Amino acid sequence: MTTLVDTKKLTMVQAVTDGMRVMMKEHENVIVLGEDVGQNGGVFRATDGLVAEFGENRVIDTPLAESGIIGTSIGLAMNGFKPIAEMQFLGFIYPAFNQIMTHASRIRARTLGHFTVPMVIRAPFGAGVRAPEIHSDSVEALFTGMPGMKVVVPSNPYDAKGMLVSAIEDPDPVLFLEPMRCYRSTKMDVPEGKYNVPLGKAARLQEGSDVTIFAYGAMIEVVMKAAKSAEEKGIKCDVIDLRSLYPLDKEMIAESVQKTGRAVIVHEAPGTGGLGETIMSLINDTSFLYMKAPIERVTGFDTPVPMFALEDHYLPSADRVVQAINKVTQF
Amino acid sequence: MEKLFPKMQIINENGEWNDETYRGEITEELTKELYTKMLRSRLFDRKGVNLQRQGRIGTYVPFEGQEASQIGSAMAMGEGDWMFPTYRDHAATMTFGHSLKTLFLYWKGRQEGCIPPKGKNIFPPAVPIASQLLHATGAAWAEKLKGTDRASIVYFGDGATSEGDFHEGLNFASVFNAPVVFFNQNNGFAISVPIEKQMKSKTIAQKAVAYEMEGVRLDGNDVFAVYFHTRTAVERARKGEGPTLIEAVTWRYGAHTTADDPSKYRNQEESVNRRETTDPILRLERFMKNENMWDEKWAADLQESLTLEIEAAVKEMEEAQAPHYKDVFDHVFAENPWPIESQKEAYAHSRGDR
Repeated sequence: MTTLVDTKKLTMVQAVTDGMRVMMKEHENVIVLGEDVGQNGGVFRATDGLVAEFGENRVIDTPLAESGIIGTSIGLAMNGFKPIAEMQFLGFIYPAFNQIMTHASRIRARTLGHFTVPMVIRAPFGAGVRAPEIHSDSVEALFTGMPGMKVVVPSNPYDAKGMLVSAIEDPDPVLFLEPMRCYRSTKMDVPEGKYNVPLGKAARLQEGSDVTIFAYGAMIEVVMKAAKSAEEKGIKCDVIDLRSLYPLDKEMIAESVQKTGRAVIVHEAPGTGGLGETIMSLINDTSFLYMKAPIERVTGFDTPVPMFALEDHYLPSADRVVQAINKVTQF
Repeated sequence: MEKLFPKMQIINENGEWNDETYRGEITEELTKELYTKMLRSRLFDRKGVNLQRQGRIGTYVPFEGQEASQIGSAMAMGEGDWMFPTYRDHAATMTFGHSLKTLFLYWKGRQEGCIPPKGKNIFPPAVPIASQLLHATGAAWAEKLKGTDRASIVYFGDGATSEGDFHEGLNFASVFNAPVVFFNQNNGFAISVPIEKQMKSKTIAQKAVAYEMEGVRLDGNDVFAVYFHTRTAVERARKGEGPTLIEAVTWRYGAHTTADDPSKYRNQEESVNRRETTDPILRLERFMKNENMWDEKWAADLQESLTLEIEAAVKEMEEAQAPHYKDVFDHVFAENPWPIESQKEAYAHSRGDR
């Protein structure tokens, strides 16, 4: 007889809420704070219903000040609490950059482990939802390049909940990025109660032998479309959802490219300084002699994310990914 | 504004009573304790400057002249409270529990210098200006949520009041009624920039008004004024009556750090004059003489024993085992992720360690 875990059909944003709820029920020290997270339930409703369930001491509408939210969360975190701080958009995180860079990410190192800051910073991010200016930035690389921070990005409701649970349980600060485009794009069976999707591990979404496609977040939908049209031409793609941007899943990345010998890396963040470069250097370090073609990248441009009338030009499309697949397979 | 926020004083520059409210509590014992702690920190500070000049430690940040502000305020804090210093507040942290050896290690560039003794909630010195006000608010807020009566004290200078984090810290503390004492040491200069260029406000204490909190301005070179008024603020915080902004008006005699020359931006004659007039330790000595608490032999013995204590701490600092390179790698996360682990291994290999 198999034990069936009850599941619910949830969108990603509902799965995020459920992840917080499960952990808040289990741990009294888990608190949520941010702008509009209380009565309003967050601008994306990610904290919907939490204030009613857990009260105003645990679901806290803060003043409108990102540095203040992160700075006080640091004080709360090193004094026994587990703050989940919401940044309304990743593009609004810049006032808090100093607090994250000079304190949250390095207090453990500065004090050789005496003080730690176990907190989660949640931030919706990415373009493609016709949002106003600044709301669409993908600046994950600012944080993957920040020693002391873990950076993770789910691409579906199941991972969102399981990874958020792991992030909340992590003893160090985690930046939890939520691709806005995926918030309500699909529903998925999500187990009730607590489960973990480990941080630091990528997921293989499709098995293939000809070319590896690396992507994360909202780009997963794009690359799956591209992989499908490649398949129609007989090209089999190994599609890897990176999920964890720091640290990267070195084993799966190496194992996949050593099998396929070809790689296409896709992200909507700017090419220069982006994760693609880090993955290329990882492939260089682990798998140089396996490669049959130069690695291709399909990324956002080294430009500010344009206003939304132009964002479709900026965002990697399935068509551009297909062209990159063709390029590496025809090399 | 100066009338609304008068500079509170208990004893004047000549060591005479100005406000006798606390006369009953100003015993010979308390006075001698405050004098001892101030002298200890001054001797430490001078040693720090000398060690830097001799190349035995790195850049050092002196506080000479600000002893009353730091010691009076630190003395007002209790067991289990939190302290958030800047890099100029080692008189406060040594009073609250840091060992002299640890403080010297900090200036020798050692991570160990950031670690407080067990049970002492002393945060490492904040370098990014005003950033620590938010940590103090968060830590105090945590105590409030836990239902304790513990409080935080956070130190910062006049320049810090221009930073956004100063205002965010005061605002969050005010909104959440966090038990914090915001202790400003207004020494008149942010490195080289005088306070007149920093703000148009006549006082720093008045900035409390905007946050509906208590603002107190006091003579930061009168250790009694600092001690008793900070104690009142801490008591208010413990009772759930909210945060306080204290402006302690003081002066640093020397440079911002051992890496700059104050004569480039101000007339150092003023520091010379102030040593004779407003000096916090000299003032207490005058008071003790006026009150028949002064004893030359006690003072000479004290100077000698403190000097020995400081020399012993220097020796401990210099004899501390050299740091191991693994400390570069092993404390960034609870567990090293593979990039750090492989960098550590490669570095070990480059040294021929394996």
